[in-house]
Amino acid sequence: MTVATNQTILVVGGGISGMTAALEAAETGKHVVLVEKNPYLGGRTAQLYRYFPKMCHPTCGLEINLRRLKANPRIQVLTMAEVTGISGTKGDYTVNLKTAPRFVNENCTACGECAKAVSGEIDDAFNYKLGKIKVAYLPHAMAYPQRYVLDPAILGTADADKAKAACKYNAIDLEQKEESVSLKAGAIVWATGWQPYNAENITPYRYGEFPNVITNVEFERLADPHGPTGGKILRPSDGKEAKNIAFIQCAGSRDENHLRHCSRFCCMGSLKQTHYVQEKYGDEGKSTIYYIDIRAIDRFEDFYAKVKANPNVSFVKSKVARISEDKDGNPVCWGVNTEGYVRYSNPHDMVVLAVGMEPSVKGVDIPAEVMADSSGFIMADPANAGIFGAGCATNALDVNRAVQSATAAALRAIQVVNKVARAEA
Amino acid sequence: MSDMNQQMTARYKNNFLKEIEEQAEMGDWVKMCMQCGVCSGSCPTNFHGGWDHPPQELFMMIRAGKRDEVLSSNSMWQCVSCYNCYVRCPRKVPITHVMHGLAEYAYRLGKAPKGQPTQHLSKTFWDNATKYGRVNEVKLTQSLYFKDGIGSGIKKALEMQSMALGLVKAKRLNPMEAVGGGHKCKDLKGIHAMLAKARELEAKRKGRQPA
Ligand SMILES: Cc1cc2nc3c(=O)[nH]c(=O)nc-3n(C[C@H](O)[C@H](O)[C@H](O)COP(=O)(O)OP(=O)(O)OC[C@H]3O[C@@H](n4cnc5c(N)ncnc54)[C@H](O)[C@@H]3O)c2cc1C
Ligand code: SF4
Ligand code: SF4
Ligand code: SF4
Ligand code: SF4
Repeated sequence: MTVATNQTILVVGGGISGMTAALEAAETGKHVVLVEKNPYLGGRTAQLYRYFPKMCHPTCGLEINLRRLKANPRIQVLTMAEVTGISGTKGDYTVNLKTAPRFVNENCTACGECAKAVSGEIDDAFNYKLGKIKVAYLPHAMAYPQRYVLDPAILGTADADKAKAACKYNAIDLEQKEESVSLKAGAIVWATGWQPYNAENITPYRYGEFPNVITNVEFERLADPHGPTGGKILRPSDGKEAKNIAFIQCAGSRDENHLRHCSRFCCMGSLKQTHYVQEKYGDEGKSTIYYIDIRAIDRFEDFYAKVKANPNVSFVKSKVARISEDKDGNPVCWGVNTEGYVRYSNPHDMVVLAVGMEPSVKGVDIPAEVMADSSGFIMADPANAGIFGAGCATNALDVNRAVQSATAAALRAIQVVNKVARAEA
Repeated sequence: MSDMNQQMTARYKNNFLKEIEEQAEMGDWVKMCMQCGVCSGSCPTNFHGGWDHPPQELFMMIRAGKRDEVLSSNSMWQCVSCYNCYVRCPRKVPITHVMHGLAEYAYRLGKAPKGQPTQHLSKTFWDNATKYGRVNEVKLTQSLYFKDGIGSGIKKALEMQSMALGLVKAKRLNPMEAVGGGHKCKDLKGIHAMLAKARELEAKRKGRQPA
């Protein structure tokens, strides 16, 4: 049962930003409800293999936050939940939530027997649909909560009974239904993050048509040992080792026909991903970065300088105009190199599109009046009253900047509920 | 040097970008180019060779003040108006139109390359259309076919004979138009007055001496 009052801070989105905002607020003694749409916390950060600048595994950063979270009784986490309506004013909001059934209750020990027992499969959403998973699944190895999920597709099939029979802990509850809850909150932090720009819109790159043209988010999953290839960088078309990889920068960003803004992280993202190629294939792994200009801002300059010094990485100052495919399934990049205006048509084993960030609030109705900029990012505007944007819902940010933004949002939310507390005292 | 060329060189001195912005149609877009290369990579003509400079390079040369090289470049005349570059440009630069604006300006200054076939076509078309207020297809075709002399003109005409007959049959081409001046637009004086006014307005807008 969720208990909330006008002194509660509601955080929507359980990525690194939402978790940070929730923790910062709760650690000052506030009561927080954290609402996450996925069956697990961590958001897109959990889907990275390593993260710049230190090249550590994201689970390490998330682990610290999860430990703080488990230790804090003032945070209530609701997974598989979404906000459907917000009414009221700053200091006095009523929020309606909808929670989807997980079909697995708190008894689950994540023993995995249910997954072994069933045979039905669904797309692996965590791995950007690059593979399949069973209808009874743990979203990813480090998922929090460590609890299995049954996909609704299992209902009414023989798998449903098999899963139930396999569970020794009485954790499977096929009777669970979608539920609607309503709760009070004094302030709301909106931290719903970002989504990768749909690469199919960039028609000359033929994403979705040429199997060896993939996106940067998919490449993270290919490099990850927990990913669909067990961490091997293989071509989707034929499973061949992809050793000669092209990265195309600004795929959909800085483009009046697509996203107008610079997505800020994707230059660093590709520079980082050249490390993956080097790590897997040593001197046989070759990366080519096609770019307009490299935006490795302030303290990331060193990172860029190191990648530039790597003889296995080359840079071509040119935005690729189009991609074709040769008879061996190699994507071929066509364009003109701005340095000398020389034409090129270069075949690669695989092309990685450095797609940009689009706010995930775009096209999704925030169920309240909230001011957004021309790209759909939430602005800091007094008209938003007690609703504060945090992380990539407000701008294209890397993890470090997203966390800073979340802390700022938490502080603003705390001020609102403090005022409520004083008024009620 | 043509009068206009002298006039413009004196006015803009070393600021060629400004000259293009003010004098060439759509020239004020040049500064929006971020040198990404998508236009050049998308241009079908560029990949056939024979171009002096892809559009992206022309834009950079304008900014670098390479006046003579830009104005005498053959590139603007090679553009086939396919609009590939225009629809793909991340900055929405109307490249196709800028190319034509540059071509027209170079021509007016007397700097455009001589004997360039698309230039010949444009000039012939313009003269043909403005003389009687409408295009006389028979005369236009004739002057294009015979531009390189009688022999090659007859050869081209014979090659195209069946198409010409087809057009006549479909009432798309009237051979009688070859006789005399062909038929004219009703208010020829009005058309000429309109063109003169347009020229006057353009000269005023661009601060040029009326031609
Ligand atoms: C290829 C790639 C590589 C990257 N590499 C790095 C790197 O190496 N280093 C680095 O610093 N940054 C990197 N980034 C950037 C990093 O991913 C982001 O900075 C980070 O994910 C921002 O976190 P967030 O919490 O703001 O958003 P998200 O991670 O998107 O989290 C938002 C959360 O909100 C949830 N949500 C969405 N809508 C709703 C809703 N309506 N209701 C409830 N919940 C909702 C989502 O399910 C998600 O869990 C990379 C990005 C990409 C694309
Ligand atoms: S639901 Fe039951 S069988 Fe499945 S992982 Fe949890 S405890 Fe194990
Ligand atoms: S960060 Fe780099 S790749 Fe990403 S949009 Fe900006 S310039 Fe382009
Ligand atoms: S596509 Fe547009 S921005 Fe890019 S080089 Fe061409 S004109 Fe410049
Ligand atoms: S419109 Fe002209 S410049 Fe542009 S791509 Fe086509 S031919 Fe090339």
